Amino acid sequence: MSTDNIILEMRGITKTFPGVKALQDVTLNVTRGQIHAICGENGAGKSTLMKVLSGVYPHGTYEGDIVFESETCEFKGIRDSEHRGIVIIHQELALSPYLSIAENIFLGNEQATRGVIDWTKTNAEAAKLLARVGLSESPDTKIMDIGVGKQQLVEIAKALSKRVKLLILDEPTAALNDEDSAHLLDLVRSLKGQGITSIIISHKLNEIAAVADTTTVIRDGLTIETLDMNGVEPVSEERIIRGMVGRSLDNRFPERSPRIGGEVLRIEDWTVHHPIDQSRKVVDGASLMVRKGEVVGLAGLMGAGRTELAMSVFGRTYGTNVSGRIFKDGQEIHTRSVGEAIRHGIAYATEDRKRYGLNLIEDIKRNITSSALGKLSRHGVVDREEETLIAERYRKDMNIKTPSVDAIVGKLSGGNQQKVVLSKWIYADPDVLILDEPTRGIDVGAKYEIYTIINALADAGKAVVVISSELPELLGVCDRIYTLSQGRVTGQLSRAEATQESLMALMTKEKEVTSR
Amino acid sequence: MTAVREYLGRNMRQYGIMGALVAIVILFELTTSGRLLMPDNVAALVQQNAYVMILAIGMVMVIVAGHIDLSVGSVVAFVGGVIGIAMGKWDMPWLLAVLLGIVVGALVGVWQGYWVAYVGIPAFIVTLAGMLIFRGLAIVLVGTTIAGLPTGFVAISNGYLPNLLGYTGNRDALTLVLGLVAIAGLVFSQVRARTTLRKHDLEVEPMVAFAGKLVLIALLLGAITWILSGATGMPIVLIIVGVLILAYTFVLGRTVFGRHIYAIGGNLNAAILSGVNTRRVNFGIFVNIGALAGVAAIVTTSRAGAAVAAAGDSFELDAIAACFIGGTAVTGGVGKVSGAMIGALIMGVLNMGLSIMNVDPSWQKAIKGLVLLAAVAFDLINKRRAAGR
Repeated sequence: MSTDNIILEMRGITKTFPGVKALQDVTLNVTRGQIHAICGENGAGKSTLMKVLSGVYPHGTYEGDIVFESETCEFKGIRDSEHRGIVIIHQELALSPYLSIAENIFLGNEQATRGVIDWTKTNAEAAKLLARVGLSESPDTKIMDIGVGKQQLVEIAKALSKRVKLLILDEPTAALNDEDSAHLLDLVRSLKGQGITSIIISHKLNEIAAVADTTTVIRDGLTIETLDMNGVEPVSEERIIRGMVGRSLDNRFPERSPRIGGEVLRIEDWTVHHPIDQSRKVVDGASLMVRKGEVVGLAGLMGAGRTELAMSVFGRTYGTNVSGRIFKDGQEIHTRSVGEAIRHGIAYATEDRKRYGLNLIEDIKRNITSSALGKLSRHGVVDREEETLIAERYRKDMNIKTPSVDAIVGKLSGGNQQKVVLSKWIYADPDVLILDEPTRGIDVGAKYEIYTIINALADAGKAVVVISSELPELLGVCDRIYTLSQGRVTGQLSRAEATQESLMALMTKEKEVTSR
Repeated sequence: MTAVREYLGRNMRQYGIMGALVAIVILFELTTSGRLLMPDNVAALVQQNAYVMILAIGMVMVIVAGHIDLSVGSVVAFVGGVIGIAMGKWDMPWLLAVLLGIVVGALVGVWQGYWVAYVGIPAFIVTLAGMLIFRGLAIVLVGTTIAGLPTGFVAISNGYLPNLLGYTGNRDALTLVLGLVAIAGLVFSQVRARTTLRKHDLEVEPMVAFAGKLVLIALLLGAITWILSGATGMPIVLIIVGVLILAYTFVLGRTVFGRHIYAIGGNLNAAILSGVNTRRVNFGIFVNIGALAGVAAIVTTSRAGAAVAAAGDSFELDAIAACFIGGTAVTGGVGKVSGAMIGALIMGVLNMGLSIMNVDPSWQKAIKGLVLLAAVAFDLINKRRAAGR
């Protein structure tokens, strides 16, 4: 490999935070015109490495060299790196929702002459860039009016406007559905054809296997290995996982022998309308039930109405004109408020723990007890001693990695935050637990722990509903899986019957009422 | 020793603001050649600033929940007008008028709470409207002033507890006893909390820090008691403020209601999805600050000896400033009664010290503004430094 082909060389990068070595002598060589994947568990140092590269951590705050296009670079900030053609697109998109696509693309880089913006030029240039990323929206459209998938494309168009040579995508498909993900990955491939080099950070190993030319695995701040994905021998997902966790996860899902009892919760003919567009049915006549000790999956593509179904059942926290009936242990119940739902023994752990699940500025113990303070208090006065003891118990039982239950939740890793969310709902002691994307954005090791917890809950006689976009996960933990498509229940499969293919077929089934 | 340093580092903010208070007191003690801490001045400091402390208690809860209340100054004038008329024109017994004041304040809170909690209008707008409405109503009710209030009522903010226990030397024994009770109560409750934690093998702050903190606070309380005992006696209003501080520290720290306030301010969505009845909590917060504004109106009217239509001018700003100086987060979710009280004291000491020094009131305003800005800037820089590590 001649050095001309290397677009980026990071040599011996070491970055230390007080008490922690986040990166230790990390080396990364990226070949021009390739798609280079970086894998690693959360906290392995991927993001830190990218922050060093893009100048978020300026030169001088780390050791080692960055050589870009055969020149040693000393970036003082993100402007410097962008100037050289290195653009990073963060997981949380940095677009202004009230501005148009064109305005966002040229934000900070306005097409102006002497301070006066040339709108014709702005929109024309934007339209060209949109064509390159395959987005057929008018440049005038406001960002808030397009979906996350399209917003991601706008980000890439914005990067293209900066004459990007090296595009860094941090978890680009984390918030996208399969279709949008596929489109995005196609785009990255076609950019490769145009000579743009990409670095992709992703948890989704199947995507990496599909798109990457080279994969570098980082673990605990060290470069573990660099794998050539186009070699004779194909690199399997298991091979990458082995590098990431330092052990082979022979079984990604813990074993369980289900003991299923009688019906706990039954939902009949459940219909929910969109909160703004009230004529639109988001959930359309859905019926389903869960039994004691059973783990039931809800599979569906983005927009199938899984989360909307769960939230409308959980105290009408989503939607308008909700109709249908809910039976708990054979008795009809109503869940018009969250309080009512909790009193009937229903709990819902959200898919977006940071926005809807946790008080990030509060400590662990107060988060754990927040949904069941009534159990902890007499005459409205909280027993703080008992509270600390309970939190301590969950810290040990759930293996929440923290020195103290007084630690602020916002500072925990994703996996540990998720354990706090689960602790909170387990402490509320519900009969039915609805877990919405319980392993989103957490690393492989922590996922296994979450599955173990789900199994333990089912073994303790709880009815568990798992909503997930990852089909292998549903197949690995559920006893039975319902499929949703366009708000309708399109089928249910037992563990034995279900395969990724059979689920996908039902998940994409178009409008036609299935008889059950 | 490192444990102590680490602990201090983590609680930098709390000690920082207390240090600032002590520094300001020492500064004025020097510039006023010892007059600031003369017994009668300390008593007057409490009497003149009781309203800030009372309002700041309510304001902390409002701000922690992510709201703001701009109306309290006008509500003070309005409630003051109502009780002024009740006593001055209807000859209502003053104790009954006090009760009336609290009830009317709470009703104002019901009115504003309804719009905020159940209709969903931002508190900034509701209370901005309230600021205009109740100021207007106060002028309609009072005209300019209603004077000639009962002496019993006027004593609330100007009087002292009777000298029941006589004197030890030339010091009021009752004040000394109350001070000792307060110190004993504090030490007892702190030690007990620590022992329960120890009993369950849970982490406690290092012994040196714990003891140091207790000794420091005890000394501080002791010093204040000692000074006050040299004055005419224990100001009645100090007892009122003290009881409110204790009660609301309990409400915010120990009750489900208090916990829900922090939950709402920390993450409203998460609170809703945890089953917190956010409307009821928000409503309660506004009823509460209304009632406290009623108390502040009683204290203010009593201090002036008359109901004044212009009373309570910019009280809301004093209370809000006290909260922010005391570490309450602008974005909600964080804040303590104790912090706001220190904030109120800083404002009070500034008022007092600058007045003794004969600084022009216009300059006093400017200086207080700078102190507010400096306190919050200090906080922000501190946080950034902590995050940057």
